[in-house]
Amino acid sequence: MLQGGVVLLVSFLYIGLLFAIAYYGDKRADAGRSLISNPYIYALSLGVYCTAWTFYGSVGRAARTGIDFLPIYLGPTLMAALWWFVLRKMIRISKLNRITSIADFIASRYGKSSALAGLVTVIAVVGITPYISLQLKAISNSFEVIWHQSKIIGTAAPTIASDTAFYIALLLAAFAILFGTRHLDATEHHEGLVVAIAFESVVKLLTFLAVGIFVTYGLYDGVTDLSSRAFADPELTALFTARDAYTDWAWFTFLSMMAILFLPRQFHIAVVENVNEQHLNKAIWLFPLYLLAINLFVIPIALGGLLHFPNEAVDPDTFVLLLPMAEGQELLALLVFLGGLSAATSMVIVATIALTTMISNDLIMPVLLRWQWLELAKRDDLGGLILTIRRLSIIIILMLSYYYFRLIGNTQPLVSIGLVSFAAVAQFAPAILGGIYWKGGSRLGALVGLSLGFMVWGYTLPLPALAEANLLPASFITAGPFGITLLKPYQLFGLQGVNPISHAMLWSMMVNLGGYVIVSLLSQPRVLEHRQATLFVDVFELDSENGTAKFWRGSATIDSLRSLLSRFLDPKRVSDMFTDYAKARGFDWTKDIIADADLVDFVEKQLAGVIGAASARVMVSSVVKEESLSMEEVMDILDETSQVIAHSRELEQKSETLEAASVELRTANEQLKELDSMKDDFISTVTHELRTPLTSIRAFSEILSDNPDLEIEQRSQFSAIILKESERLTRLINQVLDLSKIESGQMEWIMSEVDLRAIISETVISTDRLFQDQNIELILDLPGQVPPVMADRDRIIQVLLNLISNAIKFCATENGQVEIWLQNYGDILQVDVIDNGTGIHPDDQEVIFEKFRQVGDTLTEKPQGTGLGLPICRHIIDHFNGKLWVESNPGSGSTFSFTLPIKNEV
Amino acid sequence: MEKQQRVRGQRLVAIFIVGCLLFNYPLLQLFSVNNIIGGIPVLYIYVFTAWLALIILMALIIERRDKK
Amino acid sequence: MAKKILVVDDEVNIVVSLEFLVKRAGYELRTANNGEQALAQVAQFEPDLILLDVMMPKISGFEVCRRIRMNSAWQHIKIIMLTAKGREVEMTKGLDLGADAYVIKPFSTKELMAEIKKHLED
Repeated sequence: MLQGGVVLLVSFLYIGLLFAIAYYGDKRADAGRSLISNPYIYALSLGVYCTAWTFYGSVGRAARTGIDFLPIYLGPTLMAALWWFVLRKMIRISKLNRITSIADFIASRYGKSSALAGLVTVIAVVGITPYISLQLKAISNSFEVIWHQSKIIGTAAPTIASDTAFYIALLLAAFAILFGTRHLDATEHHEGLVVAIAFESVVKLLTFLAVGIFVTYGLYDGVTDLSSRAFADPELTALFTARDAYTDWAWFTFLSMMAILFLPRQFHIAVVENVNEQHLNKAIWLFPLYLLAINLFVIPIALGGLLHFPNEAVDPDTFVLLLPMAEGQELLALLVFLGGLSAATSMVIVATIALTTMISNDLIMPVLLRWQWLELAKRDDLGGLILTIRRLSIIIILMLSYYYFRLIGNTQPLVSIGLVSFAAVAQFAPAILGGIYWKGGSRLGALVGLSLGFMVWGYTLPLPALAEANLLPASFITAGPFGITLLKPYQLFGLQGVNPISHAMLWSMMVNLGGYVIVSLLSQPRVLEHRQATLFVDVFELDSENGTAKFWRGSATIDSLRSLLSRFLDPKRVSDMFTDYAKARGFDWTKDIIADADLVDFVEKQLAGVIGAASARVMVSSVVKEESLSMEEVMDILDETSQVIAHSRELEQKSETLEAASVELRTANEQLKELDSMKDDFISTVTHELRTPLTSIRAFSEILSDNPDLEIEQRSQFSAIILKESERLTRLINQVLDLSKIESGQMEWIMSEVDLRAIISETVISTDRLFQDQNIELILDLPGQVPPVMADRDRIIQVLLNLISNAIKFCATENGQVEIWLQNYGDILQVDVIDNGTGIHPDDQEVIFEKFRQVGDTLTEKPQGTGLGLPICRHIIDHFNGKLWVESNPGSGSTFSFTLPIKNEV
Repeated sequence: MEKQQRVRGQRLVAIFIVGCLLFNYPLLQLFSVNNIIGGIPVLYIYVFTAWLALIILMALIIERRDKK
Repeated sequence: MAKKILVVDDEVNIVVSLEFLVKRAGYELRTANNGEQALAQVAQFEPDLILLDVMMPKISGFEVCRRIRMNSAWQHIKIIMLTAKGREVEMTKGLDLGADAYVIKPFSTKELMAEIKKHLED
């Protein structure tokens, strides 16, 4: 029979041992020989997940509903597989931004928003306080059981003065104050604390295994014996199969997946207290293994308890303790009691410290700093104030939890209270997961989502719980508020047939996620939000040194930054920090006056480690004259950043583009060269064409002037030549001018109705002499009458002359023959000029219409013209919306044809 | 190294997906029979075996090639 | 005995003017309007000097010059190239092929005659 005094003494001794371990851990850390710099301590400290709920509650739940207790441990196992992505990213982000708590994390992500930090803190405190009180309840219950040998508990609550739980709460507060607020900088590791938590994980695991082995192999004859006995009892057999509540099962799995990431104590141990990212690797499989081990004997103990206390009104939550006691195993019972105590205390300590950091950094400080009349920002010793706030909040949280425990009492089993807390922290999931993977998530979206989710959670879980504890009228649950059945808190909008937790999760997640996404998509994010979103989402891509500073633009003196930091931290330490920083960056902070962006960022982060990102932002802005970046500038910077990220890909693309460009350039260059040589050829051709008549003109002019005695006949012959050659010269010059006019669009077109038949007749008459000279036969084939076309008469004559003189030039030297046809095709008139010369090679048939291009080698063959005639003709016909082309077979002459549209009478 | 890390991450995601399937309807329903094998209820054998198998796989994925 | 000059050009009017000038200076003269005629005249007329236009259809002045120089019996014939294309490549090309001088159109009649006289007296 255990004496109450002995139990009390042992519990205080145990907590004393915790103090000693924590103290030793801190001493080792100060001496530079850290105990926690190994992955096993890290994995064990994560075991803070297993609380009194696990230690006592799992058996209780297993005894009531069988395997239903397991999703709470399967969820974290599954999530551990994703830690590689999710938790690693959260750790990296938190280290780079000196995050101190989950509220800090969310606030920092959404533009260091004080409002968000406060909201998250409120949700965490409201959600977690019942959970802490659950631990106190467990401690209190276990005391009562072991002290009074009572199988039925909760009949008469002890007075506060005689309640052990109250004194335990005070002791835990002392522990948390001593080891949790030792440093001001909340990002500094509380090594002693972590070592103590790891130790507690070992204690609770070993004691639970011990009682499991005792029940299975001492009380009964192994697992087989236990289950075959249970199998004989049809009531117990029901525990062997799953209840057909797979929706609840899935929701519980999801809840615990979120809880393992977002419970403030888990965040604190896994993220804030993490000393090395590599430790996570081992924890990924060690932590699930720990969960498996601690759950191995839950079912055997539950079965053992049910078999041992048949038909007795025993709370199955106390089986773990009652079984060894009933068998007179007092030492084992004491060990089990200590195991339960360790499970409860570890949770209380870490949760309290985590909540306290949030309350001081994310709730109280931002408010105090904004109250100008306090003139807090001017006070020198802010460090002391913060520590005082933290210590006070530890006491307040524990007392609040104790009060809640007294209030709710024993109306709910352990597990249900815990799940309500899980559901509260699950509300953080959209804001955090969205925040680290989706840049579009905005502050307003997070605020709306969290608020809606929190409200629905409050309405569907804690409020009806208050009604169950008779603090609200029971009709609130049964009939709904004011009798509105649609608003019944367990059957919102008539949703029935699911567990209250699943029910609450469904609605709260729907409004939370919906609000977050929709508002994010609709709202215009602020500049700082953009920056923080990039820092969080692209944390693995960003350069840790340069990732943040470039967003800042402003001016501050080094001196003002130093004195700002000194108000929160030990001035000597600040001095050391600046010296180290200066040494690393290569400047002399005693001489330089203006701080650069890097230094301001550095100071803000140091400060964030003490008072949280949102408050640090406020403080730094008070000394920094900041020029706010415009949206465009931030977008530029972000573009630049993403460009750096996409560097290699873009480089690849660029080289391709470059290659394409160089190919284009090469082609263009060749075209230019060709154009150039064409121009050369043209000039050369024109030169030749100009020089030839000039030669005759000059020669005969000299002859005439040098020989005044020439006979009159010869004189007039020579004069005629000069005249003819001058005309030739004029023609050429006109052609060059024509072409340049047409090409530059300066040609004047005198449009009129033109009778093509008449024009052809006239032109033929004017060229009659050419035909006779060359002895070429002309065959005309014209219809009696054709409709008029709209054109410039002179230009049409020019085209006809050109084509006819070409035909004469290229005609066969013997039996030369030129035919001219005019045909009416209804909507167009077509003119064909046909010769019987050598024809044009198919390759050259388009070339001859290009200007300056004449068929044949221009160097050796005398061109038959300027190379401008046909191009000019084509330009002219094009202008009248007609077509000009050639058909030819080498050896059998060529046909040049052009069409003109008949004038539309309409 | 980078590639190795990525492969490792992908394998862990695969474990997660497999785990989600194993510990959910309908597989659970399949093993939820009123029977005992080797003295242990079938459902418990299934859940704990699958659980342990997942942990071993995770350990293999993590610890493999992690030794420097 | 008067020196013999062959004038080759496809531009009739230029031939007419050269014909007048050469005859006036007292040389014996024949004319040709293309390269083929020119080569035939060289064999038949055996001129002392040729005024040779470069740009002619079919056989160019360059080709005529090259063929004349290929024949050892015609090495003494002086060749003065006439061209309307005053580009240096062409001058070099003509001189390389064995022409003695190069005259660019339009030319001064006095200079041309002086050039002819100079080459015939060498």
